[in-house]
Amino acid sequence: MGRTLFDKIWDEHVVADLGNEVALMHVDLHLMHDLGGGPGFRMLAEKGYRVRNPELTFATADHAVSSAPGRTEDTNPVGGRLLRMLRAASAANGIRMFDLGSDGQGIVHVIGPEMGLSLPGMTIVCGDSHTCTHGGVGALAFGIGSTELVHVLATQTLVQRRPRRMRVTMDGAPAAGVTPKDMILHLIGLVGAAAGSGFAVEYAGAAIRALGVEGRLTICNLSIELGAKIGMVAPDDATFEYIAGRPMAPKGEMWERALAHWRNLNSDGDAEFEREVRFDSGALAPQVTWGTSPEHVIAIDGRVPDPDGAIDAGRRASMRAALEYMDLKPGARLEGLPIERVFIGSCTNSRLSDLRAAARVAKGAKVASRVRAWVVPGSTGVKRAAEAEGLDRIFRDAGFEWREPGCSLCVGANGEMVDPGKRCVSTSNRNFVGRQGPGARTHLASPVSAAAAALAGCLVDVRKLGVEPWKNS
Amino acid sequence: MEEFVRLRALAAPLMRDNIDTDVIIRIDRLVGGRPDEVGKYAFELLRYLPDGGENPDFVLNREPFRRAQILLAGANFGCGSSREPAVWALQQMGFRCVVAPSFGDIFFANCFQNGMLPVVMERRTVEAIAAEVEADAAHGFVTVDLQKQTIVSPSGKEFRFEIEPARREALLHGLDEIGMTMRREAEIAAFQSRDRNRRPWIYR
Ligand code: SF4
Repeated sequence: MGRTLFDKIWDEHVVADLGNEVALMHVDLHLMHDLGGGPGFRMLAEKGYRVRNPELTFATADHAVSSAPGRTEDTNPVGGRLLRMLRAASAANGIRMFDLGSDGQGIVHVIGPEMGLSLPGMTIVCGDSHTCTHGGVGALAFGIGSTELVHVLATQTLVQRRPRRMRVTMDGAPAAGVTPKDMILHLIGLVGAAAGSGFAVEYAGAAIRALGVEGRLTICNLSIELGAKIGMVAPDDATFEYIAGRPMAPKGEMWERALAHWRNLNSDGDAEFEREVRFDSGALAPQVTWGTSPEHVIAIDGRVPDPDGAIDAGRRASMRAALEYMDLKPGARLEGLPIERVFIGSCTNSRLSDLRAAARVAKGAKVASRVRAWVVPGSTGVKRAAEAEGLDRIFRDAGFEWREPGCSLCVGANGEMVDPGKRCVSTSNRNFVGRQGPGARTHLASPVSAAAAALAGCLVDVRKLGVEPWKNS
Repeated sequence: MEEFVRLRALAAPLMRDNIDTDVIIRIDRLVGGRPDEVGKYAFELLRYLPDGGENPDFVLNREPFRRAQILLAGANFGCGSSREPAVWALQQMGFRCVVAPSFGDIFFANCFQNGMLPVVMERRTVEAIAAEVEADAAHGFVTVDLQKQTIVSPSGKEFRFEIEPARREALLHGLDEIGMTMRREAEIAAFQSRDRNRRPWIYR
């Protein structure tokens, strides 16, 4: 029987078979960030271990740094303490760090692929659930907890159970105004936020193949919101072109060897998946969430569902609590709902293609007076590239705030929050209760939908603005 | 790590799907907070009112659930962020076992690193046990036996659950995973030296 992409990468990393589908796996790349990094090193020291392979771990600052223009590491004082802790521990342990202001600093899931650290066929872990993002380059990547993080530092391995395999095939070509974010949100609404639990997901089909690497990173990013800690796309020429020449990517003869290896990374024609899901991306409308789980998602021209229509009591309870928290009623339309904040950023949608798409919507227009809108590039690299082509000007002229790279308003760990009761259209990945601040109401959407909402002062159907189809770069 | 063998304790029903780890412990309690103090902030936004007082409507604030050690939960419990303090927060509240139809994968793995037993049971089974507990909360004692892989409801109904053998062993004996892996250093070194020839670009 054929093997899946996932199986090929998994099998190549088994250090020891521990029986019953459990293996000791080699970790090729470990990424650390400011929130978990310092505490992780402290735990390592407390347990009396040392770093086994410092050359395979890299660190950066993202979660707890301020994104305010002109920020220093102490603009958010708690973040400054965490950053210094990580900086000192990285230096003491021989770990390379992309510090504030340097190329390579940014959201850990943006800089991995951008710097050429994240490569096809690698096992990649990070103490952050959105590590699944790196599956967009064809890596087997997943988030870990702090004890597992110490396990990786001490042994460069992890004990893992082989997950089941799911394939999601997205056919067709999305209409104008429908982006990779809408494709993956639709999937989560279709199968539910727990559907991927215990699975590694492979995304396939014409709509995935047509995407550039950045769009694939967005798709894989939300795997964890589907319940799957692993999501991946088989690497192809688009992947190899994207990686070639990046600072940490293999070069010369090493590149040729790597490339030959990577070309074998795909699922065999007769590979079997325990679950298959398929839909036509050509039929999709822009998606927006109404509730407090990413599965609480509808098309922008749809209506908020009635909890009484749900079969399970647990699901009904979750929907009722969500409606109350979001101050919405069953049957309500989302289009036209007034908003106060817009956040374009996060490891989901803060790459150059996202900012370009949002800028095309914002160009020559004005942010509504009731709205405070932020654009937070995912990395120092993205910020510089965007500024080089004048995107910052377009956003500023339209009344958006152009900020410094980091997680910012995605997480509320850096002093940046949405006020209680306020509505925020966010390009991030979590609309959880209190995620953007206690009482904050989050509507997840694509960068173009978010930009359009900023201009209109309410949720809008971006298709009505005559927006162009999604561009890969 | 603390062992988990058998537990007879009060159970509390929190039967709502998608309780995420942000709800279990807010990020701003982790930034600069102390890991041994997360318990008092567990379920903060549900448990406390805006003025800081306890929300009497929240199930875990009610007697006898305040003393519960087993949590009965909806599907996808612990979804979202990988933050391990979500497990610590539950432990500091007194919980040693969570029973749910499904779990967030990373939370599930984090439980085993801390001597907390996550049990996967069919939705209708969890709902049935929760219904018994709610009908007579003061006598809502549930028994979780990891040796026998069973859960016994307050009325005496027995349900079997599945668990990965290695994880069961580790919990039963309180084994430390890192310590066990350290003993495999020779295998790790052998893997890396083979791998360096095969995939030299990994080691940079
Ligand atoms: S941007 Fe948000 S989701 Fe992504 S790593 Fe940062 S906090 Fe996590």
